[in-house]
Amino acid sequence: MATTSAMALVVPRKRSLLERLPIVHQVRQSVGVQRGMLVTGLVITAVFVIVAVFAPLIAPYGFAQLHGANGKDFGSQQPPSPEHIWGTTVGGYDVFSRVIWGAQTAASVIIVAIVLSIFAGVLLGLVSGYLGGWIDRVLVVVCDAIYAFPTLLLAIVMSIVISGGQSQVWGGILAAAISITVVYIPQYFRVIRAEAVRIKSEAYVESAKVVGASTGRIMFKHVFRNSTRTLPLIFTLNASEAILTLAGLGFLGFGIEPSSASEWGYDLNKAIADVTSGIWWTALYPGLAIVLVVLGITLVGESMNDLADPRLRGRRAVAATAGETADISVVPGGPNEAPGGLESLEPGAGIEEEGIEVRE
Amino acid sequence: MTALLDDPDPLIPAASTTSENGKRGGGGGLLRYIIIRFLLIIPTVFILVTVVFFLMRSTGDPITAAQGGRLPPDELARRIHEAGYDQPLFVQYLQYLGQIFTGNFGTTFSDHQQVTTVLVTYGAATLELAFYALIVAFIVGIPLGMLAAYFRDKGWDAALRIFAILCYATPVFFAGLLLKLIFSVWLGWLPVSGRASIGDELTMQSLPHPTGIYLIDAFQTGDPAVVGDVLAHAVLPGIALGFLTAGVFLRLVRTNVISTLSTDYVSSGRSRGVSEFRLVRKHAYRPALIPIITVMGLQIALLLGGAVLTETTFEWKGLGFQLAQYLQARDYVAVQGIVAMLAVIVAITNFIVDVIAALIDPRVRY
Repeated sequence: MATTSAMALVVPRKRSLLERLPIVHQVRQSVGVQRGMLVTGLVITAVFVIVAVFAPLIAPYGFAQLHGANGKDFGSQQPPSPEHIWGTTVGGYDVFSRVIWGAQTAASVIIVAIVLSIFAGVLLGLVSGYLGGWIDRVLVVVCDAIYAFPTLLLAIVMSIVISGGQSQVWGGILAAAISITVVYIPQYFRVIRAEAVRIKSEAYVESAKVVGASTGRIMFKHVFRNSTRTLPLIFTLNASEAILTLAGLGFLGFGIEPSSASEWGYDLNKAIADVTSGIWWTALYPGLAIVLVVLGITLVGESMNDLADPRLRGRRAVAATAGETADISVVPGGPNEAPGGLESLEPGAGIEEEGIEVRE
Repeated sequence: MTALLDDPDPLIPAASTTSENGKRGGGGGLLRYIIIRFLLIIPTVFILVTVVFFLMRSTGDPITAAQGGRLPPDELARRIHEAGYDQPLFVQYLQYLGQIFTGNFGTTFSDHQQVTTVLVTYGAATLELAFYALIVAFIVGIPLGMLAAYFRDKGWDAALRIFAILCYATPVFFAGLLLKLIFSVWLGWLPVSGRASIGDELTMQSLPHPTGIYLIDAFQTGDPAVVGDVLAHAVLPGIALGFLTAGVFLRLVRTNVISTLSTDYVSSGRSRGVSEFRLVRKHAYRPALIPIITVMGLQIALLLGGAVLTETTFEWKGLGFQLAQYLQARDYVAVQGIVAMLAVIVAITNFIVDVIAALIDPRVRY
C-alpha cells in the first residue's frame, strides 16, 4: 500500500512510552467536543476509583453502623444535618457513608465480573474461532441465544443458582459478580471469535503452521495477541452495564445484604416507600451515584469508540471519504500536517484517514 | 446486550456466516429466508429452556427452596416424591421438555396457578407498558437524533449525546423514583402508582369483554374520565421506561444520519443546492431508520428487563411485577416458567423483527 511506505518515511522516530499508553494516546488524538467528553469521563471515573479505594477514610461511619461513638442511635429517616450530611435511611444507616462504601462494592464487582468474563469469553472465542468445526457451531448458537435474552433475567437466574441455596458459602460480592459474568461472556466471545476467524487466514499464521508451531502456540502467541484490539472498548461499555445490572439485582432484592456490604440498588429499593412520603434524600444520593459513575465510564467508552471508528472520528471523518485524493496529494516525505500534530497519529493507521488537514 | 454499540448486526449473525451459500444457491428469496429464520427459533428456545432448567435445578429442588425450614423432613420428602423431584435429573428434564412442548409451563408454587394463566392475566399490562414506552422512545429519540446529526460536533450535538448517555446511565427505577417524587408527591399532578384508580379498575373488570389492556378497556366504558385516569397513571411509567430506549434511538439515528450524509446521493443533493436542514429532513432520514427496526429485537429484551424494574417501582401489576413477587416468595417453579416463556416471547419477537427488516431491506437474506 502506498500509505504504509509513506508512513515509514514520515514517522521514523519511535514515540515515547507515555504517548503510547492507551488513554493518553486517545486524549491527544481527540479534538474539540470529543476531547471534552473524553476528559470529563476520565475525571468522573478517576474520582470514582479514588472514592472506592479510599472509602474507609472518606466515609464518616461504617456501612452497617447504626449508632455513633456515644452509643446513641442515628435514628431512622433523619433529614440531612451536620452529623449526617445526606440524612439517614429507613433502616437507620448514614446515607453519605453508604453511598461512599457503595463505590467500593461497585468497583470490586466490576473488576471481578470483567476479569472473569474476559477470561472465559476470550478462551471460548479463541477456541471457537480458530478451531472451528462443530464446537464453533454449538458455541455460536448458544451464545446467540443467551445474547438475545434480557440480561437482567439471566443475572437473576444466575444469582438464584449461586446464592439461592446457601448464601453463606459465597461472599455477596463474588456471587453478584459471577451472576453478571455469565451475561457478558457472549459479548467477549463474539468479538474475539470474529477476530480469530479473520486472523486465522493471515499469512503469519500460515507461516507459523509451516514452521511447525503447535496449535496452542499459534492460538495464544499469534491469534490472541492480535485479536485484543477491541477489548478495551467492550471493557468500558461492559463496566457501565455491570453497574446497572448490579443495581438492578439489588433493587429486586438479589443483591448484597446491607450488613455485608453497601449496595446502591438495595438502598434504592428501600427508598421506594420513602419517596411516597416525600423523603427524597434516601433515593436521590445512591441514584445519583449510579448515574454519575455509569455516565463517566460510558463517556470514556463512547469517546474511545468514536476515535477508533473513522466514520465517527469528529471532523476528520471527512478525510476518510477523501481517501483516494489524499493518496495522490501526499508527497512521500513532503510536508504533512494533521490537526493534532503528526505525533498524535497512530503509526499504520493510514494517513489517508487522519493525516490530511481538511478544510470544509 | 450491547445497547451501546451502534451495530445493528448482532441480530442477523447467521446471515453473515451463511450468506454466501444463499447466493450460490441461486437467490432463495424472501420465503426461504423467512422459513429458515422461523426454524432457527427452535434451537434458540430449546437452548434457553435447557440452560435455565439445569441452572435452576442445580440449586436443588424447588420444594426445599420454598418450604425448606418450615416442614418436617419426612413431610418434605413425601412432597418431593409426589412432585417427582427425586427422579434422575435427566428424566425430569425430558418430562419438562414434554410439558413445555404441550404448552404447559408448570404450576406456580405459592398460589397454584398455571404459568400460562399468569402470562395471560399479567402479560397484557406489560404489553401496554411496553407500548407506551415505545411511543415515548420514538417521539423523543428520533427527532432528537436527527437534530444531533444536523448540529454535528457543535454544542447542541454534545448536549444531546450527553442526554442520550444519561438516558442510558439512569437506572429506570431511579428515574421512576425521581419522577414520582417530583410529579406525584411534590406537585401532585399525577398518581403515585398503579394502573388505574380502584373504582375505575372495578368498572373495567366488570365489562363484558375485558381485554386486560386498560386503555382499550377504558374506551370500552365510554367514559372520558376513565380514559383520562388510565392515561394519567401511564405517563410516569411510560416516560421512565421510554427514555431508556429513547437514548438508544437517539444515538442510532444520529450515527446513521451522519453516515448517510456522506453518501453520494446526498452529496449530489448538496451540490444542487439543497439546504443542509432539508438534506437531513428528507434525504438522509429514511435510510437511517432501517437500523432502528433491526435493533428493535434487542430493544425488546432491554424493555422486558426494564419492565421488571419499572413495574416494581410503580406497582404496575404486570408480568415483571409478578416475577418480582415470585422471586420474593422463592417460588422457583413460577420463576422458571415465566423466564422460559419470556424466552419464547423474545425469540418470536426477534423473528418478527427480522422478517420486517428483510421485507424492508432486500440485502438481508440467507
